[in-house]
Amino acid sequence: MQAKKRYLFLLSAGACLVLLFYFGGVQLPASGRNRHDRSHNGYRPDQPWPHFSDPLQQFLPWDQLDTEEYNIHISPRQKRDVNTSVYKGKRCRMDSCFDFSACKKNDFKVYVYPQQKGEKISESYQNILSTIEGSRFYTTDPGQACLFILSLDTLDRDSLSPQYVHNLKTKVQNLHLWNNGRNHLIFNLYSGTWPDYTEDLGFDIGQAMLAKASISTENFRPNFDVSIPLFSKEHPRTGGDRGYLKYNSIPPFRKYMLVFKGKRYLTGIGSDTRNALYHVHNQEDVVLLTTCKHGKDWQKHKDARCDKDNAEYDKYDYREMLHNSTFCLVPRGRRLGSFRFLEALQAACVPVMLSNGWELPFSEIINWNTAAVIGDERLLLQIPSTVRSIHQDKILALRQQTQFLWEAYFSSMEKIVLTTLEIIQDRVLQQESRSTLMWNSHPGGLFALPQYSAHLGDFPFYYATLGIKPYPKFTAVIHAVTPLVSQSQPILKLLVAVAKSPYCAQIIVLWNCDKPLPAKHRWPATSVPVIVIEGENKVMSSRFLPYETIVTDAVLSLDEDTVLSTTEVDFAFTVWQSFPERLVGYPARSHFWDSNKERWGYTSKWTNDYSMVLTGAAIYHRYYHFLYTNFLPASLKGMVDQLANCEDILMNFLVSAVTKLPPIKVTQKKQYKETMMGQSSRASRWADPDHFAQRQTCMNKFASWFGGMPLVHSQMRLDPVLFKDQVSILRKKYRDIERL
Amino acid sequence: QQCVNGPGAIMCASGKYSSRGPALIPRMKTKHRIYYITLFSVVLLGLIATGMFQFWPHSIESTADWGLDRRSVHDAPLIRLPVANPIPERGDLSCRMHTCFDVYRCGYNPKNRIKVYIYPLQRFVDEVGVPISSTGLSREYNDLLSAISDSEFYTDDVTRACLFVPSIDVLNQNSLRIRETAQALAMLPRWDKGMNHLLFNMLPGGPPDYNTALDVPRDRALLAGGGFSTWTYRQGYDVSIPVYSPLSADVELPERQPGPRRYFILSSQTAIHREYRAELERLKEENGEALLLLDKCSNLSQGVASARKRCYKGQVFDYPQILQESSFCVVLRGARLGQATLSDVLQAGCVPVILADSYILPFSEVLDWKRASVVIPEEKLPEMYTILKSIPHRQVEEMQRQARWFWDAYFSSMKAIGMTTLQIINDRIYPYAARTYEQWNNPPLVKWSSVNSPLFLPLIPPRSPGFTAVVLTYDRIESLFRVITEISKVPSLAKLLVVWNNQNKSPPEDSLWPKIAAPLKVVRTKENKLSNRFFPYDEIETEAVLAIDDDIIMLTSDELQFGYEVWREFPDRLVGYPGRLHLWDHEMGKWKYESEWTNEVSMVLTGAAFYHKYFNYLYTYKMPGDIKNWVDAHMNCEDIAMNFLVANITGKAPIKVTPRKKFKCPECTAIDGLSLDQTHMVERSECINKFASVFGTMPLKVVEHRADPVLYKDDFPEKLKSFPNIGSL
Repeated sequence: MQAKKRYLFLLSAGACLVLLFYFGGVQLPASGRNRHDRSHNGYRPDQPWPHFSDPLQQFLPWDQLDTEEYNIHISPRQKRDVNTSVYKGKRCRMDSCFDFSACKKNDFKVYVYPQQKGEKISESYQNILSTIEGSRFYTTDPGQACLFILSLDTLDRDSLSPQYVHNLKTKVQNLHLWNNGRNHLIFNLYSGTWPDYTEDLGFDIGQAMLAKASISTENFRPNFDVSIPLFSKEHPRTGGDRGYLKYNSIPPFRKYMLVFKGKRYLTGIGSDTRNALYHVHNQEDVVLLTTCKHGKDWQKHKDARCDKDNAEYDKYDYREMLHNSTFCLVPRGRRLGSFRFLEALQAACVPVMLSNGWELPFSEIINWNTAAVIGDERLLLQIPSTVRSIHQDKILALRQQTQFLWEAYFSSMEKIVLTTLEIIQDRVLQQESRSTLMWNSHPGGLFALPQYSAHLGDFPFYYATLGIKPYPKFTAVIHAVTPLVSQSQPILKLLVAVAKSPYCAQIIVLWNCDKPLPAKHRWPATSVPVIVIEGENKVMSSRFLPYETIVTDAVLSLDEDTVLSTTEVDFAFTVWQSFPERLVGYPARSHFWDSNKERWGYTSKWTNDYSMVLTGAAIYHRYYHFLYTNFLPASLKGMVDQLANCEDILMNFLVSAVTKLPPIKVTQKKQYKETMMGQSSRASRWADPDHFAQRQTCMNKFASWFGGMPLVHSQMRLDPVLFKDQVSILRKKYRDIERL
Repeated sequence: QQCVNGPGAIMCASGKYSSRGPALIPRMKTKHRIYYITLFSVVLLGLIATGMFQFWPHSIESTADWGLDRRSVHDAPLIRLPVANPIPERGDLSCRMHTCFDVYRCGYNPKNRIKVYIYPLQRFVDEVGVPISSTGLSREYNDLLSAISDSEFYTDDVTRACLFVPSIDVLNQNSLRIRETAQALAMLPRWDKGMNHLLFNMLPGGPPDYNTALDVPRDRALLAGGGFSTWTYRQGYDVSIPVYSPLSADVELPERQPGPRRYFILSSQTAIHREYRAELERLKEENGEALLLLDKCSNLSQGVASARKRCYKGQVFDYPQILQESSFCVVLRGARLGQATLSDVLQAGCVPVILADSYILPFSEVLDWKRASVVIPEEKLPEMYTILKSIPHRQVEEMQRQARWFWDAYFSSMKAIGMTTLQIINDRIYPYAARTYEQWNNPPLVKWSSVNSPLFLPLIPPRSPGFTAVVLTYDRIESLFRVITEISKVPSLAKLLVVWNNQNKSPPEDSLWPKIAAPLKVVRTKENKLSNRFFPYDEIETEAVLAIDDDIIMLTSDELQFGYEVWREFPDRLVGYPGRLHLWDHEMGKWKYESEWTNEVSMVLTGAAFYHKYFNYLYTYKMPGDIKNWVDAHMNCEDIAMNFLVANITGKAPIKVTPRKKFKCPECTAIDGLSLDQTHMVERSECINKFASVFGTMPLKVVEHRADPVLYKDDFPEKLKSFPNIGSL
């Protein structure tokens, strides 16, 4: 027993010793050794980051904060000057190669060099120039200009191309305003040529900015150059086709998952990716077709797959594939960008980019992840599984975004050029620039002008995105053109009726009458402030000026002879709160295509649908005042002022162009102005037979400027829920509307 | 092992001793006893000594953490760098993800998440034993690495890693020996020209010219740097990060309501160049009280942390608390572009006014700084006051809120900074799974209250595809056939789908069905569930769906066609006939269902309603909580659930069309037609309360309008109207 216990005891003692040596003994020498050699003993490298218990120093000692005095160093002004002199050429940035002082405060003007005789200009470049000349940025005075555009065609700098302009170098140097390219913008679609397709333009661009297609991230100078899409000669100048997406089918998959049809170069730059496409082609839902046929001597480079590929290539119709595929592959060609990109975008076929190093079009402002799949050429084989892994909700969103972007920035040459200019303007004006949200959501940057407000909530478009609501009151703007002679004039009744609305914040009377302002006491006493503004030049468009006195989001625009009851106003305003981006009005008009005369027709007949509401009585967001005044060209506004007519049509064109939706007609007690108006002087305006013909002319003129017909028809009218129902009138909130 | 490894080892050993010792010792011979006692004492002492040696330096101050895996940085292996060791090349300015980053290491993975490996800590010294860094591992870098190691990005398997983070701390270039640090980087076992390596640096450059990127040569390594200028930042490759403010950890500034503050502009930086200070003082003279121009305090008593105090003419202010008293706070460049002040300013919910030409703002790749800050060119400093005054108040408030949110989410700790950096790189590698603009930029409150409709494109679909009518039926065949006959008269009907919900009975033979022009399909369900009516059947090929009950026979063809036309104008809404309303019952303190004929509408009944097929998919697969099962179990309220679902995702009210107020059905009795009675109303109210609690909000929107044909009830010849036959109540 004793012995047994003793052994047990010895055993436990031994165990303790073993433990001691195993854990203590090993670590003790190791921690000593660690200081001297690289042994990893006891230090497990592949474990999570250990919790160090030493008191560690801060990376930025407090005292360093104070010693980092800037005072001792060179003046910041000098430092800025150093930067501007050092960073030139490939390292140009706005800070170093752009003269901000040339851009007068809040004014971004663009000068186009006069075209020289005998200088050949391609149609595309001509379109670019005329777009700029027709834009609100254009100035003929180089002294006012912030940005200069050459009248020398720089679009095609492929020296093998027939469009290539020779001797550009000397021609450019001889321009007296060239100033080494400072504040110049150069448009370019093609540069370099076979075999290496460099991005060199073949002349010294100095400090000029590039708006270039197929630009690589390597050559792209961020926030200085602008990457533009590659567009074809046939790309429309204005307007442009809408996207092909007509409806959002569920599930959002189309016949093909991924398609491509294009040339294969066999050898040379950019050929690898297209040569490898056949690995992924499965003949079913992933159809990637290439042809070796291009150029005269393709047979020379022909490889083993060519005949098979060519045969397969001819079996499929490109357009059919484009319209019936969920994703469209956009691999690089010889150059980084290809026409496939815009084609896919328009066709609502989500582009799958395979063009490493391509700085995507307008990458400065567009978040392409929301409309395209940015693939990697190196991971070609993963592409099918990648696109298959994309959730259908995401596909639905990607597809809609392709359409938004196409229509907002790409569908016409004009949009591409204006977007380029707006991007540069945003850089120049800085304080008045668009946020990413404005560029990437409906209606897009061309319609959302940052000069209006820095606050997203001031626009009618972002309420839902920001989770806010418009201000629940309106400002009435009454357009007065006749002198105030009697107390029974309609304008006074209107004023009283509108002022009674609980939603009315204030009333502005715009005095566009030749007679002097009536005395203050002539206006009826109302519970809301009445502000009388004397129109400066008394023109029609002044009713849509963005008056600073308008503090509410909603504007109720009124003619002086409009007859409205308080109830009608109240109801229309509650409707507007649900549709703050649209025009909400009472009398409606319609347009139609007159195929005999091949032009747009205007009708004021009672029809089953409408596409305009008259702005003699309409509620809309005050932003449209700003847009009307600042977005529309002087030519259209001038026409309106000259005719003293069509201002409402123009407003309807504008709002529908922005929203892509029809206006909203709400119910009205007495239906049409023409029938109810008797003697008032303004009635003559509507009775005038010229008046109607003018409106017809206006429509066509406007449509040509907008590059298409933006108006959209609607077949419905919004009425109060219990409108003309056979229920007790006492139940009805808007009972006055049905009383005649 | 844990127990032995830590100080607990002593406890283990002595526990063994005391449980056996006392019982044995008295019975042993003295000679042996002495021997054993001596032996044991030695063992015990040895163990204690080991424990002491191992854990002495910190075991006392951190007793609370006993048991944790605690180590010292001094345990890290020491590496001597021979002078002749190679130095990496300077960073290549043309590096981009597709040229300098090996994407094959990241691979395709279902989670779309990169794997990040952290090198174990090593202490590098030069040949004479001087460390390469004066601080060694800093507290902040340690925090950063622990955060990565605790995150889902972390992998301890070096072969599977996509991104490598060296444990060499280069946060502050001032404390580094550049050449030796570069050598140390090159010695990392997987360095491979810096490929896929990520370095974090917050204070780049040094006197006199203060470069804007880390001066340590680093081959192709990615740099997460604070203070990049547009000339050193490799867009799409580097990540611009903030300069962490150590005050963040020390000071808690509670979030303040946005709004006007005591001062309009505040300048709190101490190291401002005298030229700029002079300009600020000129501004102060012009605008007086609105500006507060602080500097460091000259005569602080001992023991007061100078970093926490600022002075103006002898008046002492607490920093950073004083930042909360101003609407705008100036963040001027110093010797470096990145300033830790920016972080303090954001934390205080003060709108930063950034004057640092060519500075790449932190995380600008994903953050929309326009919504949180004002950037003014240095040259325009004299105009600062005017520029800021022109910003609308509402915008200032939004920027204040946004500034604080940026701090909370992306600036507040080294962990936040590290995770944001990794997420940005992750988004580049898996761009199709990248976080959205809204996810990055919307503060939680906005995320909660905003809506991003899945059908956001303003699109009026063409009339031609028509709609698919889906009729849910059980056994009311006669009524069903009448409904089918009625609907077949609607011009835009594309297909009729009968959902046969009766498992006990087969649908009638083909020959018995009414003959109609449009295709008619019958689908049989496996279970008699209400939710079957909202299933996204493949047979529905149009995007417009008309859900209709088998007893709705009163709707005229004009009414239905008009409903479809209205739906085309509002494809993202429910377009239905009778409307219903939800009300807040103040007495009961809960929601109430209202079927009275009110002036308002917040729901439409789906006994007959047009809607987009997408909502079928949402109803079936994305309905929050247990609502779907609840509806099936109660055999009621599927329409209310649908109204909730659509309103919640679109933020829009349904459209009620035509005067129709109720679905009369002559054939059905009160009970089997789910008709109005007291219990029915109570149940419907219960549904609303139940759904509101599941959704966590009341998504329904109340409107006061309905849609009628343009010429409805107008004094106009009926035969010229498109939709003359619109029914009444």
